[in-house]
Amino acid sequence: MIELENVGYNYGGGELLSQVSVKLAPGSFHFLTGPSGSGKTTLMKLCYGALSPTSGRVRAMNMDVQGLDRDQMAHLRRRVGVVHQDCRFLDHLPVIENIALPLIVAGKDLSLEEANLRELLNWVGLSQRADAMPPELSGGERQRAALARSVILSPDVIIADEPTGNVDWEMSQRLLQLLVELNRMGKTILVATHDMALIRAAKKQVQARVLRISSKQLQQAGADL
Amino acid sequence: MSEGRLRKLIVGDAQADRVVPPSGFTAQLTLFVSGAMAFLAVFALALSLASGRLANRWADELARAATLRINAPAEQRLAQTEAALTILQQTPGVASARALSTEEQVALLAPWFGSGLPIDSLPVPQLIEVIEGDPGYDGTGLRLRLQAEVPGAVLDDHTRWRAPLVDAARALRRLGAVSILLIAGATAAMITLAANAALAANAQVIEVLRLVGALDSYIAHAFIRRFTLRALGGSAVGVALGMVGVWLMPAASNEGGFLTGLGFQGWAWLLPLLIPVLGALVAFAATSRAAKKRLGDLT
Repeated sequence: MIELENVGYNYGGGELLSQVSVKLAPGSFHFLTGPSGSGKTTLMKLCYGALSPTSGRVRAMNMDVQGLDRDQMAHLRRRVGVVHQDCRFLDHLPVIENIALPLIVAGKDLSLEEANLRELLNWVGLSQRADAMPPELSGGERQRAALARSVILSPDVIIADEPTGNVDWEMSQRLLQLLVELNRMGKTILVATHDMALIRAAKKQVQARVLRISSKQLQQAGADL
Repeated sequence: MSEGRLRKLIVGDAQADRVVPPSGFTAQLTLFVSGAMAFLAVFALALSLASGRLANRWADELARAATLRINAPAEQRLAQTEAALTILQQTPGVASARALSTEEQVALLAPWFGSGLPIDSLPVPQLIEVIEGDPGYDGTGLRLRLQAEVPGAVLDDHTRWRAPLVDAARALRRLGAVSILLIAGATAAMITLAANAALAANAQVIEVLRLVGALDSYIAHAFIRRFTLRALGGSAVGVALGMVGVWLMPAASNEGGFLTGLGFQGWAWLLPLLIPVLGALVAFAATSRAAKKRLGDLT
């Protein structure tokens, strides 16, 4: 699905990542962990093409990400669902339209997707909040709405950057449950988190691999966390 | 642009329209400036058309008309006029020649001396209007013959003062045309600035749209559509007001001369209706360019 090959990234001030190679196989579940500022978000951005590596190669869906033009990049984004750390909603549109945004910008007819949309809202438990504006949502609701938006186009890969960063334990469990369900449906999942308890909880349910960034390198963490 | 995309641009896509937040104040400004520009364009167009008409009419009338002036003592004036008219009737190329009546001469002098002029007591020369035929007469030959037979006659074929007048009218028409181009340019500049401001103000929105997979063309269209419609709406109002203004101007008359002729005639009334369309096209091009540049700068 997504493959990084000797990828390095340089912010200008110095090297953040170097010689990173990883392969996200279809249907796999990966956690990405590491201390704050170690480059988790950068690595994720490299995966969905928001950043270009300064060295090495990134392949996504069998395409060389660096070689994509802007329109091809837009099409790639439709095939990779991303839950951003800060959710990134359009604050002037209600939750339901924010969730449907990928459909809207893809030019799909919303009236045909009505049932899917309702089902999805129900799945993330936001049926009652469909018409709320994003600033009115709690942290957990925002994350669930962001997750719903990321899967609306039924992507093969879902990348979530600290989805449980701002929510309580119960809500993280709920979000994890949603991600596990997606994985069981065959989606490839990559979750950045520094919450070890969450990783342990996940390991009970799915076969999750843990990638750790430490001193600019990516390491496969041991099974025992 | 494909037919589908063009239709989408005109008819719009309600969902796509909502994606970019509405911008109240700048929208009003764009409307106002397009309206003002269209209003000015109507006047520039009226000026241009009127001076063009005037230039053509003057060039045409003055070229075909000449004046014969008989400067003779009062007792000889009648005889010399008769003689001159006879010569003119015999000259090939003269379509008609007619001595102006006393009333007509008084009317010509009225703007300078006022009415009730005792013309009989003044040594005013007799004027003969000569209308040239096609082909025209031989000016030099006519002058020579008049010199020999009617010593007090002076033929003035108006070339002396016709040329600068026609030149002035043509220059006025050129100025009008340049004004229209400048107005179009200023509109383009203003729309570009407004579009750039809107694109900058909505940078976050654009970023989110890109993140969820919107094509540049989709984002650009949301802005292009807005500005094109605003320019169209604003300039339609401006043109309507401008046309009412022109329509309210006094009708062309001899007393008013050039100024009252400032207006549209016949089919030319349809010309200002093109201004909103052109305004919309200018806005379309300006916003497309601004959006393309802005979006190209984003990663």
